Amino acid sequence: MREITYKQAIQEALREEMRRDERVFLMGEDIGVYGGAFGVTLGLLEEFGKDRVRDTPISELGIVGAAAGAALLGMRPVVEIMFMDFTTLALDQLANQAAKMRFMFGGKARVPMVLRAPQGAGTGAAAQHSQSLEALFVHFPGLKVAMPSTPADAKGLLKAAIRDDNPVVFIEHKLLYNRKGPVPEGEHVVPLGQADVKRPGRDLTIIAVSAMVPKALAAAETLAGEGIEAEVVDPRSLVPLDEGTILDSVRRTGRALIIHEACRTGGVGAEILARIVEEAFDYLDAPVRRLAGRDLPIPYSKELERQVIPQEEDIVREARRLVRGRADGA
Amino acid sequence: MSLDATDLLTMYRTMLRIRLFEERVDELVLKGQIHGTTHLYIGMEAVAVGVCSALLPQDYITSTHRGHGHCIAKGADLGRMMAELLGRETGYCKGKGGSMHIADLEQGNLGATGIVGSGIPVATGAALAVQMRKESRVVACFFGDGAANSGAFHESLNLAAIWRLPVVFICENNQYAMSGSAREMFPIPKIAERAAAYGIPGVTVDGNEVLAVHAAVVDAVTRARRGDGPTFLICETYRWKGHSRSDANRYRTKEEIAAWQARCPIARLRAHLEGKGILDGQTAAVIERDVEEELAKAIQFAQDSPIPTLEGVEADLYA
Ligand SMILES: Cc1ncc(C[n+]2csc(CCOP(=O)(O)OP(=O)(O)O)c2C)c(N)n1
Ligand SMILES: [Mg+2]
Repeated sequence: MREITYKQAIQEALREEMRRDERVFLMGEDIGVYGGAFGVTLGLLEEFGKDRVRDTPISELGIVGAAAGAALLGMRPVVEIMFMDFTTLALDQLANQAAKMRFMFGGKARVPMVLRAPQGAGTGAAAQHSQSLEALFVHFPGLKVAMPSTPADAKGLLKAAIRDDNPVVFIEHKLLYNRKGPVPEGEHVVPLGQADVKRPGRDLTIIAVSAMVPKALAAAETLAGEGIEAEVVDPRSLVPLDEGTILDSVRRTGRALIIHEACRTGGVGAEILARIVEEAFDYLDAPVRRLAGRDLPIPYSKELERQVIPQEEDIVREARRLVRGRADGA
Repeated sequence: MSLDATDLLTMYRTMLRIRLFEERVDELVLKGQIHGTTHLYIGMEAVAVGVCSALLPQDYITSTHRGHGHCIAKGADLGRMMAELLGRETGYCKGKGGSMHIADLEQGNLGATGIVGSGIPVATGAALAVQMRKESRVVACFFGDGAANSGAFHESLNLAAIWRLPVVFICENNQYAMSGSAREMFPIPKIAERAAAYGIPGVTVDGNEVLAVHAAVVDAVTRARRGDGPTFLICETYRWKGHSRSDANRYRTKEEIAAWQARCPIARLRAHLEGKGILDGQTAAVIERDVEEELAKAIQFAQDSPIPTLEGVEADLYA
């Protein structure tokens, strides 16, 4: 299969869905000639014109609300928020309007919109441009939350998100944009709510999301060299969450390590851990462990920035501890 | 505040310090010594210097992502700034903040923000504190044309107007918010017209003319200190460099950039000072050499400073 980048895969999904359905249109800051701060929409203006690739002023609340309003009338807007951190400016429209309208109105409304935004640290962008906020969205019933880790999942999940009749927060990661992977051409839809086992293994289950998935896979390679076979499960969407795949895996391996970049307290790791303990406690051979970002804003200085979020070596260390009761490789 | 020859020469020197600081930063970014992004102030020096020269040391400013010029004009030390950009322990934020978050509370710089428009409510709150404590300070709030389309802008101007707060809202209209041109993002030709909606003066000045900026801010500050409330000041200027390190400049022409470069705020002040006999080629060369030296020292200081370690990283989270 041909390989394209995560960024290209997202663009391909947008392009194909815009060709397929006239109701799909884009709004965002600098998404036209500039092509988006990370170049995701570069070239779409040329194909679809200013009406469907709408450059907006710096008005996150306004555009997310406008998406909700347009969606209410049957349009299918996809909003790009330049950095995940700026979704906080749009929270009222996302959380109080888009997420709740259908339920509040007794099931009469539909709000088929997508909010895409890149999150994550690693680019030296500091505290206001590096946050991982998935836990926030998971906490608003009515929103769906997708979080792809590979180019193929990015394409397939975005197509599903655009076709979904509910508001979907589509979480991208800056450090994944230029990573390549095989992506099917044309129709390739990954339904929301289906986890993927990225690597099979018998000794422990590593549940990782977004940019932590490639790190977990690299760690699993190292661990395999030491005789530890880690199974890596990527939930791919957090709402709906494919509890079944996670629990099946943990019941087989008896050990679970949950990894995310977002800070630990109140992170989705706590939710996943709780479900494992509630549903698979009897199968556990060791306490479930979490590896997460420190409870801190992301610091600017390069080395500090690296150290406050989980790295491959941390995953290896935690996995060893979980399986062998000690952290060193001996 | 009338300006004598010494004041004018200081303004010239400060503008040059900003220009050369930013040129060094640009080089360090290209060399990979600065992690992350920076937003350069080159071409806009007259705004920061015109504004801060009209303030007293006890007055406050709030700054933006494009904030190096504001810091320097408000009196920041170039070594500590450079150290922050290089992520060092000796930087203004101990390496935790970086280019977009320099705060220099001792000099009245209440800090830069990377969230466009978010300094405007903070400046408004600072002005509220000043008013409630019956102090005679003022707050100068810097933000871009792009920020003037945020909700925070409108809510804050209204608050400041109904409470008659001692704040000067300074919109640095450098004609673009990334690729979004002010022509396309505002439905009105003059941003200053928005002041009418809040019943406050709206003033437009040539932002490449440091003395014009200075004079307008002197008026606004006088009004604020008198208790007559905020002013909305628009400084028309231009960003010479790309928005940040990753800008291909697809949204504007070389001709347009060149036309604005021909209106260089530093060259203009220099011509003015030469015309008045305050500055000559020799003095200008001495000033430039001094500034180059200051910068070389600043970079050396930054490079020699320790890199922060994980130990104690949590210390600054809560008071
Ligand atoms: C709330 C928010 N939205 C978007 C951005 C991304 N962004 C950073 S600077 C910028 C343009 C700002 O334009 P302006 O206010 O005119 O300031 P300038 O960069 O021109 O100095 C944008 C869109 C941001 N940092 N914060
Ligand atoms: Mg601007």
